[in-house]
Amino acid sequence: MAAKKNGPIAALGAVLAAGLLAPLFTGSAPGFYIEVLLGGLMAGVLYSLVALGFVLIFKASGVFNFAQGAMVLFAALALARLAEWLPGWIGIPAGYPALALAFVLAAGIMVAVAWVIERVVLRPLVAQDPVALLMATLGVTFFLDGFGQTIWGSNIYAINLGISKDPTFILPSVFQGGILISKEDLVATVIATALVILLALFFQKTATGRALRAVADDHQAAQSIGIPLNRIWVIVWSVAGFVALVAGMVWGSKLGVQFSIAQLALKALPVVILGGFTSIPGAIVGGLIIGVGEKMSEVFLGPPLVKLWDLAGGGIENWFAYVLALLFLMVRPEGLFGEKHIDRV
Amino acid sequence: MFYRENGQFKSSYREDQQLLGIRQDRWFIFALIAFAFLAVPYLASDYMFRAILIPFLIVSLAAIGLNLLVGYCGQISLGHAAFMSVGAYAAYNLVVHFPQLNFIVVLVLAGFISALIGTVFGLPSLQIKGLYLGVATLAAQFFIDWVFARVKWFTNYSPSGSVSTAQIDMLGWTVNTPVEKYLMVLAIVIVFALMAKNLVRGHIGRSWMAMRDMDVAAEVIGIRPVHAKLSAFAVSAFYAGVAGALWGFVHLGSWEPAAFSINFSLNLLFMIIIGGMGSILGSFIGAAFIVLLPITLNQVLPVMGRWVGMNFSTAFASHLEFMIFGALIIFFLVVEPLGLARLWSIGKEKLRLWPFPH
Amino acid sequence: MSERDIGEVILDVRNISLSFGGVKALQNISFDVREHEVRAIIGPNGAGKSSMLNCINGVYHPQGGEIAFLGEVRSDMNTHHAAESGIGRTFQNLALFKGMSVIDNLMTGRNLKMKTGLLAQAFHLGPARAEEVRERKFVEHIIDFLEIQAYRKTPVGRLPYGLQKRVDLGRALAGEPRLLLLDEPMAGMNMEEKQDMCRFVLDINDEFGTTIVLIEHDMSVVMDISDRVVVLDYGSKIGDGTPDEVRSNPEVIKAYLGESH
Repeated sequence: MAAKKNGPIAALGAVLAAGLLAPLFTGSAPGFYIEVLLGGLMAGVLYSLVALGFVLIFKASGVFNFAQGAMVLFAALALARLAEWLPGWIGIPAGYPALALAFVLAAGIMVAVAWVIERVVLRPLVAQDPVALLMATLGVTFFLDGFGQTIWGSNIYAINLGISKDPTFILPSVFQGGILISKEDLVATVIATALVILLALFFQKTATGRALRAVADDHQAAQSIGIPLNRIWVIVWSVAGFVALVAGMVWGSKLGVQFSIAQLALKALPVVILGGFTSIPGAIVGGLIIGVGEKMSEVFLGPPLVKLWDLAGGGIENWFAYVLALLFLMVRPEGLFGEKHIDRV
Repeated sequence: MFYRENGQFKSSYREDQQLLGIRQDRWFIFALIAFAFLAVPYLASDYMFRAILIPFLIVSLAAIGLNLLVGYCGQISLGHAAFMSVGAYAAYNLVVHFPQLNFIVVLVLAGFISALIGTVFGLPSLQIKGLYLGVATLAAQFFIDWVFARVKWFTNYSPSGSVSTAQIDMLGWTVNTPVEKYLMVLAIVIVFALMAKNLVRGHIGRSWMAMRDMDVAAEVIGIRPVHAKLSAFAVSAFYAGVAGALWGFVHLGSWEPAAFSINFSLNLLFMIIIGGMGSILGSFIGAAFIVLLPITLNQVLPVMGRWVGMNFSTAFASHLEFMIFGALIIFFLVVEPLGLARLWSIGKEKLRLWPFPH
Repeated sequence: MSERDIGEVILDVRNISLSFGGVKALQNISFDVREHEVRAIIGPNGAGKSSMLNCINGVYHPQGGEIAFLGEVRSDMNTHHAAESGIGRTFQNLALFKGMSVIDNLMTGRNLKMKTGLLAQAFHLGPARAEEVRERKFVEHIIDFLEIQAYRKTPVGRLPYGLQKRVDLGRALAGEPRLLLLDEPMAGMNMEEKQDMCRFVLDINDEFGTTIVLIEHDMSVVMDISDRVVVLDYGSKIGDGTPDEVRSNPEVIKAYLGESH
């Protein structure tokens, strides 16, 4: 069976690699190429942040949390508005102090949200098939969306992390004019990396982390050694909520907090398919591939196609991730790092 | 007392297989249809036709299509509105390039084109299922969105990217008043609903349900998964395509690609979850719910606001809508996965016994 | 035991080997089945009995060996072909279509015989209507035979276990099989239900002449109704013959009772 699949996988890999390197051979400036590449990588990091939340929940409970995007939006809204309102409520100075307190409060709110979701949605549906769970989390998305906008408001809000929006240019000596990097993206990458390291430490070094990994491996075995399943799930969802908060903070700072962030939920699906549903490194690699692929195809593939077929503008990024995921599903459904499923009758 | 089957015996298998076996049901349905055709045109206002009845009927058609695929055949489609858009654009281009065609012919052809596309995008279902298939259908949604937004030929090179339709001509009868539109759509939807009911109780419907319930056992008794799954995708997309063409031509008049976005797809999914998966009646119930809820909220909220002394904005109405949808989805999935249709049939069963408790 | 008119070999299993990953489920199994006979496959749990049935009707694909049915030799049977050739099957874990009624479950068993097209069904035209009635008549015979008339319209999920097993049998019968594979048809049944099921199995063999291969744990049933028995243990064949021969086979005794030291 494996031999049959290797051919298509290799073909897909070859096509992707060719696409990646093609612009270098068709005359674009190397400096520009690297700019786009880096921009893609950093966008990818942000996707990975959202996908991380998915993977955590899926690993521990087998639930596909379609609501992760809504959680990101909800968390970002909470953070933005609390940071705005706290100075008025308790006289704390605006800026970093308010933001820090708002972060703590928002984290608490996300834990509460996680607890409610686990209680109301997950526990009753635990025996159902994944599609029902998917649709239930879709319901959660809609609910959080409406609820969030009711409580926090529906305008676009800013999260001011104090990072300047000015771009920097690096390596001006090597490449003409230097390579354009956004400081925000840089900070986002640092934050994401820090988060991943934190999570890795949590999972490897703490008792709770070990319990979580046990649950992810085998629910029944974990229960039989006394690990409280429901409590674990609340913890997992809280961690996912925390990750959502960080992702919301980073995305919100970059784009402003608005509804399109919820659309990120959908985008993270292809990321997880590429990386494998149960793999944290997979979420990262998958996010990077999608980020780079989207940017590259939009910038380098878009214009030639527009000219070739007389298209009304680009927009390849809208479907690139999904079509790539579809191709992966055909040749390697378990993703790059995921586990294979063997079906027995 | 009223809803008894006493004295209604079936003396042939043909009778037993009737769609409406109980005489009371038959009377009820016929009365309903007569009311819809004869009374409603005089009772309803133009607003009711435009804002409620016509969208409800068209959307029910799409919901039936989705239900056939998801509720009866157990597949998943997160991007069904894309097939509606295929139907709409196909109809548009047919009318632009072959203006002499009868509108019914246009609808059927648009449906076939959509069925073809649906079959193609249904091919992944032969290899993957559940969640993964869902992602494949998302790919269909976004890719088709892009095609209609960017490939200028489909919009007849319109500079704004949106298309508009002329009046509908059917065998010399121009359909342009709300009443006429309503009657045409009503007739079409009734015929299609009947077809769906027939398919579902025939051997193709049973093969769909067999795939949904136990695909390995289905294969063992000789059902071909390829046939079952692809036929489900094809028929489902056909329904969506016709509904899309009607939506574009009759309800919207003019549209841009965003008219058939992922939000529409998710709404369709909600309709069948709330209304009842695996039930034609459920598709109607769900559609009614999704169409009526926003309108009801918009009317009721200001009134309720006045009672409690708060000013509820229209933005709040739409947020509340989302919250209610979300809560109901969760409620139905947890409590009654077969939706309102099941509650309805439980109610009917109790009615058959009434006034006795059991 | 009634006299049966046992015919030629219709199923010939030759050197079948099956493994999953590193686990060898079946090793070099060979036996044959003659027409009209009742052949039992017995063995301790995990011996590979269900896997053997799965190979015969194409659910599993063996890595080695071949299966000849009605003269046609295949090293790789697929389920559709098996169904078409006349192999029917019940399942250990039922595998009924829970969302449908009893009669609909049985009607799906007739699926191979129903040929009308989509359009005819959609408009319920003459041929489609006639076909439904015709197949309904056939299925009603099976319903009479299995004595489940009262439950026709009941969703199978609501039936008690014993009746569900009967519906499973009915669905397999609906396909008019020449060879019927029964996977533990009496599992989980009480004495009465087992007697009923035995009666059905024997009646099927008598009235329709169907060849039966059944997996069964209850030794008294096996000894009573089967003509010949195959014994499997850990994926290998350790006995093959009439019930009496097998009962006195020392290998078989060892497998079931262990060795006395």
